[in-house]
Amino acid sequence: MEKDDAFDKLRITGLKVNYLHVCKRKLWFFDRGIGMENTSDKVLLGALLQDYSYPKEKKRDVLIDDLIQIDLLDADTVREIKYSDKLKEADRAQILYYLYYLKKNGVHKIGVINYPKMKKREEIILTEELEKEVENDLIKIKEVLNLDRPPKAEKKPYCSKCAYYELCWS
Amino acid sequence: MSKPYYIFSSGRLSRKENTIYVEVEDNIKKSIPIEDVESLHIFGEVDLNTKFLNFLSQQNIPIHFYNYYGFYSGSFMPREKNISGNLTVKQVEFYIDQIKRQYIAISFIEGAIFHMQRNLREYEGTEKFVEVLKTELSNAYNTKSIPELMGCEGRARDAYYQAFNVILKNNFSFVKREKRPPTNPINALISFGNSIIYSIVLTQIYLTQLNPTISYLHEPGEKRYSLSLDIAEIFKPLIVDPVIFKLVNNNMLNEDDFEEDLNFCYLTENGRKKFIKEIDQKLNTTIKHRKLKRNVSYKQLIRLECYKLIKHFLSDEVYVPFKAWW
Ligand code: SF4
Repeated sequence: MEKDDAFDKLRITGLKVNYLHVCKRKLWFFDRGIGMENTSDKVLLGALLQDYSYPKEKKRDVLIDDLIQIDLLDADTVREIKYSDKLKEADRAQILYYLYYLKKNGVHKIGVINYPKMKKREEIILTEELEKEVENDLIKIKEVLNLDRPPKAEKKPYCSKCAYYELCWS
Repeated sequence: MSKPYYIFSSGRLSRKENTIYVEVEDNIKKSIPIEDVESLHIFGEVDLNTKFLNFLSQQNIPIHFYNYYGFYSGSFMPREKNISGNLTVKQVEFYIDQIKRQYIAISFIEGAIFHMQRNLREYEGTEKFVEVLKTELSNAYNTKSIPELMGCEGRARDAYYQAFNVILKNNFSFVKREKRPPTNPINALISFGNSIIYSIVLTQIYLTQLNPTISYLHEPGEKRYSLSLDIAEIFKPLIVDPVIFKLVNNNMLNEDDFEEDLNFCYLTENGRKKFIKEIDQKLNTTIKHRKLKRNVSYKQLIRLECYKLIKHFLSDEVYVPFKAWW
């Protein structure tokens, strides 16, 4: 049940792990409180989807340690609900981080990513090797957040759908 | 797409579920779904209660009030949801550092004068005024202080407004630009237009994390939201002035649209409606943005300007003022 001190200090949210894999610039802006949520429909769509996809499940939007927010939590699994599998890598990293975080707190679970729109699900099991991946991510996040200016914008295929598009490319 | 709503009638504003009701004297109710509203602009004499204001705040909708004469009198702004402490600190840093501040202030003047020139070029007989604008712009680049820069701006603006006498037909002549109170129709139009654009810009600033009270060209505190004055400089000649030229030169306004007494001149309700109809149309006009490769409206251009400032403050990209390229 013991917690790693350095790890605790990082106080990193799952969304940041996700953003690290999506776009480091987005991660940096998000961390600095430059959010785009109120002008983006995509984010709203995601939130709605989350609310209506599994109306019967009990523990939705579980917030652990005020730090990681899990869409669905039951006896064996940690589940995330995603709008599409376009950013699979990032979704995977995010749920791995949850599993890792829970393990550090003495809780062992299996990860599941649900893609209700495409009727798909993916199972994720935390191995030692994957734990290393998570730790690497945490170090990288710290590096990005320590930059005193945002990482330069680089055109990615999903930029045009990103909430930060107008900020990055105007 | 949500949009600004302009309310001229007098009566009562209320909320019922997710709808705004405008109830005018003879019990006619008009309903506006909240998702349609970006901001409210109140010209009439309305009653409203705190329940209504709380609703607006929760929905992140600013409400702007104008006085009897149509001049901006104040706003109720929603409790800010997205502030960035980090950005605010940087904004202050760029204000305190004289060189950094000067750069931004000059940029606003550069954008303003560029659009003034662009307007004058459309009309014959304005060459000598364009020359003055050119000279003052190059002077502006060499200024080291805000008062010096304001001097250039003042001379440029004088020449620009003098050119209105050449541009405007139909016996509308322009004597000298006075701030309040305006004493002739043109000044009344300019003042009204400035009021509108100020609150439009403010609404856009509010959609970003910029702190609207920290400004560069105008002193913070000159008006509560002085950054709005700064950014409006660029957009006044781009958005408001062409509307004035159109209204006047196409005979769209007549004597009845102005109320004049001994020392004062202002637009009547009907005049304001005509003006706002045109401004609104302008704000919704879209152009293909060269960098975004998307259609954006003039109103969105104002928000993009805010984003560019944010990037400047965060040392991401040096700010260059918007210049209409078409
Ligand atoms: S628009 Fe592109 S570069 Fe900008 S934050 Fe989004 S993904 Fe990153």
